Amino acid sequence: MDKTMTLMVDGIEHTITADPTMPLLYALRNQIGKKGPKFGCGLAQCGACTVLHDGTAIRSCVMPVAAVTGNVRTLDGLGSADNPHPLQQAFIDEQAGQCEYCISGWIMTAAALLEKNPQRTDDEIREALAGLKCRCGTHMSILRAIRSAAKAMAS
Amino acid sequence: MNRSRETVRVQDGSINIARRDLLKGAAALLVAVSIPPAAMLTTREAAARVVTRTLNPAQLDTWLAVASDGGITAYWGKMDMGQGVDTAIAQIIAEELDVDVDRVAIISGDSALCPDQGGASGSTGVNRSGAAFRAAAAEARLALFEKASKQLALPVDALDAADGVVFVKAERARSVSYAELVSDHMFNTPINWNGRYGNSLALTTRAKPKDPKDYRIVGTSVPRKDLPGKILATTEYLHDVNVPGMLHGRMVRPPAAGAHVKQVDKASVESISGVRIVVHNDFVGVVAPSEWDAIRAARQLDVSWDESDAGFPTTSVDLFDWIRSATPARSLTELDDGDVETALNAASKRLTAEYEWPFQSHARMAPAAAVADVRDGEAVVWTDSQKPYDTGSGAKRLLETPINGRRIGGGEYSVRSIWMPGPGSYGRSDAGDGAMDAVVLSAAVGAPVRMQWMRNEGHAWDPKGPASVISCRAGFDDSGDVSAYHFHIKGFSRSDQNSRENQPGEVLAGHLLGHESTPEWTMQTPAESYRFANKRYTWDALAPLRKNASPLRTAHFRDPYGPEVHFASESFIDELAYANAVDPLEFRLRYVGDERDAAVLRAAAELAGWQKRTAPGRKRDSRGNYIGTGIACAQRNGSVNAVVAEVEVNPASGRIWVRRMFVGADHGLIVNPFTLDRVIEGNLLQATSRTLFEEVIFDRKMVRITDWLSYPILESLDAPLEIRINKINRPELDSRGAGEPTTRVTPPAIANAFFDATGVRLRRVPFTRERVKAALSGIQ
Repeated sequence: MDKTMTLMVDGIEHTITADPTMPLLYALRNQIGKKGPKFGCGLAQCGACTVLHDGTAIRSCVMPVAAVTGNVRTLDGLGSADNPHPLQQAFIDEQAGQCEYCISGWIMTAAALLEKNPQRTDDEIREALAGLKCRCGTHMSILRAIRSAAKAMAS
Repeated sequence: MNRSRETVRVQDGSINIARRDLLKGAAALLVAVSIPPAAMLTTREAAARVVTRTLNPAQLDTWLAVASDGGITAYWGKMDMGQGVDTAIAQIIAEELDVDVDRVAIISGDSALCPDQGGASGSTGVNRSGAAFRAAAAEARLALFEKASKQLALPVDALDAADGVVFVKAERARSVSYAELVSDHMFNTPINWNGRYGNSLALTTRAKPKDPKDYRIVGTSVPRKDLPGKILATTEYLHDVNVPGMLHGRMVRPPAAGAHVKQVDKASVESISGVRIVVHNDFVGVVAPSEWDAIRAARQLDVSWDESDAGFPTTSVDLFDWIRSATPARSLTELDDGDVETALNAASKRLTAEYEWPFQSHARMAPAAAVADVRDGEAVVWTDSQKPYDTGSGAKRLLETPINGRRIGGGEYSVRSIWMPGPGSYGRSDAGDGAMDAVVLSAAVGAPVRMQWMRNEGHAWDPKGPASVISCRAGFDDSGDVSAYHFHIKGFSRSDQNSRENQPGEVLAGHLLGHESTPEWTMQTPAESYRFANKRYTWDALAPLRKNASPLRTAHFRDPYGPEVHFASESFIDELAYANAVDPLEFRLRYVGDERDAAVLRAAAELAGWQKRTAPGRKRDSRGNYIGTGIACAQRNGSVNAVVAEVEVNPASGRIWVRRMFVGADHGLIVNPFTLDRVIEGNLLQATSRTLFEEVIFDRKMVRITDWLSYPILESLDAPLEIRINKINRPELDSRGAGEPTTRVTPPAIANAFFDATGVRLRRVPFTRERVKAALSGIQ
């Protein structure tokens, strides 16, 4: 049975009508038009769908829309061409990634980590990113970009 | 360069022609500068119209266009799958045409707009299509000079060009811009074309291309043009395509390989509104207006299957013994120098070893997706396949070729295929199969359908890299020289499915509809230059475990057969070295015949600080971990690479951590040093993942890898601490492919490092923790 719900996404309130058990990912992409979070597995195993929910990185592919109570931030809303988030700037400067399909997982997880505290050791960064997948194997440049963003955000 | 302070130019190499707002040029987004009028129509209209762009490869206008603001657009019949090849093409064009590289936009892989240059294939992007655009751009420059010469009433050699302007050398102020010279944005100039399409397409020019010593753009690290849009989430991927009236499709797969449909209970999905069921033979799919409803319907649809004929003759546990005793379908001797058997018999010392490599999955970041709009004799297919031209011709044949006396499309079709970016693709992945599923569904329901495979399909049903057993034998003469060497590989062909999805028998949907699969027997042997007096390479190819609709059907997977073959051959070379207490680097340098091979070996060794050794070091650190280094080297189609890997082995957990990698890389003329480093890094990490973690598990009924837990890949905690690459630039050569070659040297480097660390040889991939613990249990 479809329900009408409001979702706060990237600072804008959206009203959607959907099955309350439908994963947030489909609402974000199909009804709200976000491009950042992507379908990778639908099983919370890869992170391609990662968004922030009240500052915590969550897998939107398994989060039912009815369970969304707080502010959702997506890669789309993290920054813009005129005003990129320091992580986006760092990823662009480092040219981190290849196909970039996985990138929402890495950037949003790093955003949650660094916005809480940007002073992180390399081990802490690697641990926080455990579980995320990048099939193109661009972990080296992703880690470099996150370290660089951490420095920028700490200063 | 601080990109946040300047307008970030978003290079969107795709055209979503249903999204008119994108094309109106919003804010800081700049799409390809000269989008031809045809692309601004809706999908439906564009598909229905006669294509207004004439694709005649013998005409310069087919390749390059000049906009009224002087921007250059190139129409490229290949695509970038994430390695920055499009940026390299833009560099080549900008160099020849004397324009800023930011003024060159690339349109890729649209069959209505770009000639077929073979798609992303064989690591030929820079080498072949780069050469074609070098010629086209040089020809364009000459054409512009000839026009300027007439206009300025001066001979061509009195002129020069910079920043898209032709000027008089002696009088800089006298000039005319490219845009002014090219009326109606058309050159109306022929160019020499070799008459071939695909990877073999070549253009030659009357003009003289620039001398590499004068290069100002080629050879520099121009940033990738496509990246900002992807990181800012403004770029349209295939998955974002949304056309009017679009429905969502999902497939229903059998529980066992090759099972046949017995019955479909339509009432089982009655509760989901708007669901339509499509059944053709063993092809079962659902279509619904909402994506979530399609997902639920596919899960809920009650299908009963006949499994009496389903499954495989063996399992992944017994696979290698099965390979050993199977009768080959085809055998070949690829090389036979001298007389290996006689030399082996006469040898003072002999060595043999066997190596095993399993089936592996592309396991793309996301499983197959596509959008197809099949109506009224016309079809448009949006795909991220590496071979969009073949997706188009394959869709046409699938629609038109009768099966059971019927054409599923009901008539003849003209098909346009449009490539758009997707998750990384590493050969013939599931992309083409997903596109065909979308085509069949769309034809059935008479509406555009967006198809997305689910995760289990991406792992279980994608085409696989083949499994093999490799046997190496060698003999030494009295002076300790290798006098005989025989490399033999026995396993499955690497192309049960062609690298091109252009026939019904070459696509999963085709098999499910009832078309016969048409496997080919292709294998591979080592690509190296070792000079052994008597040398033989042979192979035995086996028939597929299951012919039609098989989740184990093989197709090209990054460096097809490269890692399998060189895991064995370069491990064996190491074994030969240690057998006579010779340092493995010294051993290779002694026998290597090509100077380029020797150069990369030395480069990698120097970066790594290679310590000479004649026996495994078995070093242990303070935590009880074994530490070791190993080296490997191989060629690939004119590229050559050597890698030194440093590993840390934890004997208690069985974990291997590849901590450092050092590369000597020779890819001919380097177009973009930065992106070259990156593509090498990607190869190294993906190949490390394949070596340490990846194996397709299957039982007698079915493939059992369905997600990232059952098919683990490398994660952040496994990433090395450091990768260093010494690139040797050879401007006297052409550019050699880099998308694949470092894949094949990685597994043996890791195996050889493990041997140095522990004194134990691992000869079966993947080097799982269980296998490592078992291998080390003898020495604990």
